[in-house]
Amino acid sequence: MKLNPAYAVGLAALVALPFAIRAVFPGSEKYYLHIVIQMLLWAQIYTGWALMGRFGLTSLGHGAFTGIGAYVTVMLWNFAGLTPLIGIPVAIVVAVALALLIGYPSFLQRIRGHYFALLTLAMVEFVRLCIVGLRDFTGGSLGTQPARYGDGISFYAVQFEADRMIAYFVALAVWLAGILVWVRVDRSMDRFALEALGQDEEAAAAVGINVTREKLKITALSAAMCAFGGAIFAQYQMYIGPDTIAGFGVSLNIVFGAVAGGIGVMLGPTIGALFTQLLSEGLRMFFQGSVTLNAMFGSRVLSLDTLIYGVLLVLFIIHMPRGIVGTAMEYWRKHKRGS
Amino acid sequence: MSMLELHGVCAGYGGFRALNDISMAVEVGESVAVIGANGAGKTTLLRVISGMLPAAAGRLSMEGQDLRTLPAHKVLSTGIAHVPENRHLFPRLTVEQNLRLGAFLPSARARFPERLDYVYGLFPRLKERRLQFAGTMSGGEQQMCAIGRALMSGPKLILLDEPSTGLAPVVVQQVFELVRKIRDDGYTVLIVEQNVTQVLAVVDRAYLLSVGRVEMSGRSADLLASEAVQKTYLGL
Repeated sequence: MKLNPAYAVGLAALVALPFAIRAVFPGSEKYYLHIVIQMLLWAQIYTGWALMGRFGLTSLGHGAFTGIGAYVTVMLWNFAGLTPLIGIPVAIVVAVALALLIGYPSFLQRIRGHYFALLTLAMVEFVRLCIVGLRDFTGGSLGTQPARYGDGISFYAVQFEADRMIAYFVALAVWLAGILVWVRVDRSMDRFALEALGQDEEAAAAVGINVTREKLKITALSAAMCAFGGAIFAQYQMYIGPDTIAGFGVSLNIVFGAVAGGIGVMLGPTIGALFTQLLSEGLRMFFQGSVTLNAMFGSRVLSLDTLIYGVLLVLFIIHMPRGIVGTAMEYWRKHKRGS
Repeated sequence: MSMLELHGVCAGYGGFRALNDISMAVEVGESVAVIGANGAGKTTLLRVISGMLPAAAGRLSMEGQDLRTLPAHKVLSTGIAHVPENRHLFPRLTVEQNLRLGAFLPSARARFPERLDYVYGLFPRLKERRLQFAGTMSGGEQQMCAIGRALMSGPKLILLDEPSTGLAPVVVQQVFELVRKIRDDGYTVLIVEQNVTQVLAVVDRAYLLSVGRVEMSGRSADLLASEAVQKTYLGL
């Protein structure tokens, strides 16, 4: 694969970024790195969702896959002593199995659009209920923690949270792997087939595309990526809870983030992660820091940022349906043609 | 053995039976029309042949190969290309991408350039518009694109479902001329039409379908002269 010079520069900048942060914010390096790490991890998950979302396979259930990735990995580590080096692949297999179990019958029965979205919604709720129901193991709705191994830095236990520098490069590698998967799919014949069947399934079958299999393949890949992302996220946070990594809220954040960034282009979901993380973090800091608002609403001010976050996202989706990157590219193209 | 054979084929939607005991055959190199009123089952017939709709009973085969057990996406590899009703192009792909998808099967990909030349030779208009989104073209151009896409797979038999629907009379005439031309180029054609006079002028044989049954069949000139067709479809 040829590397575009712009990408090479961008990659170099990403490698240099943590050192720049260390130099510029020596006191609060951990905080800023934490934000960037979260962006990268979510960017990989959003990219995984957009892999199928861009072809009209709108899933509201990917919180189930991130949840399975996180919970299966941590449960195997906490209760069976199985290293996440094996636990993560196992979790991915479980997530893919669920994806196929839901995907196969629905694709065969031609369940599409809203109905497919509802089905995936039921799936994520099912997974959340399982997690809450197994509270003796999972800690129920309070969540639980992976058992800390040694000083919290270990290849064997896939724990790296204690050193933000290492964590950053783990996150960067995970994100990059996601981008490479995207590029592979983007250049394959499968993409062409998926784009066609996203527009007209009957015509796609008529030109010899195995509609069910193409959809299953991309769904499995998407589920695998999100399970992987969920597992790494759990290892980094050193905490898993149904609200942070499984469940409908997570599903929605994934969809919002990816759509806000733009689902049809490689860096769209990544920009979406950047944007949503900055927005929610910025709002949170603004409201916590504002003396006036705190005096008016007291501690209730803390929930105000989520509200405004939601409103902003709604406005965003209405006025920029192609997302930030998609809209920017369209503008660029028009501008170039005009000049 | 005929190229395409149907014996006692029945099919329907839910409890409704749209096709009843249909038997017909298409020989190599001929063009055959299926005519009939709205709701006679013409489109259903093509959908059954191309595997979009499973047959409830009967046998159907292409060059001796059983079609009933084949899923829709495998039918193309037996040499049957379906140009569905209302064209079913990929609207937000360009003309050339639509044609490329016509040659999606690995066996067809290798011969993509030469077939593209053939299709562009047949429809110079498509070449002019090759970078345009298929959905933005006129009805006639879209029909050309749909036929072109079917030709890209290098089929033996082409199923055309009402290619004249929604087209201006001049364009309709062009479409029928085209049917004649691709038959002369060696393709076998099975065409469904409501434009009875015009289609019977270009095909060799025809079947008259009425409420899901074959009411009549024969050479197109004979059908055109028959009382049943004249009365019902030509209003004479």
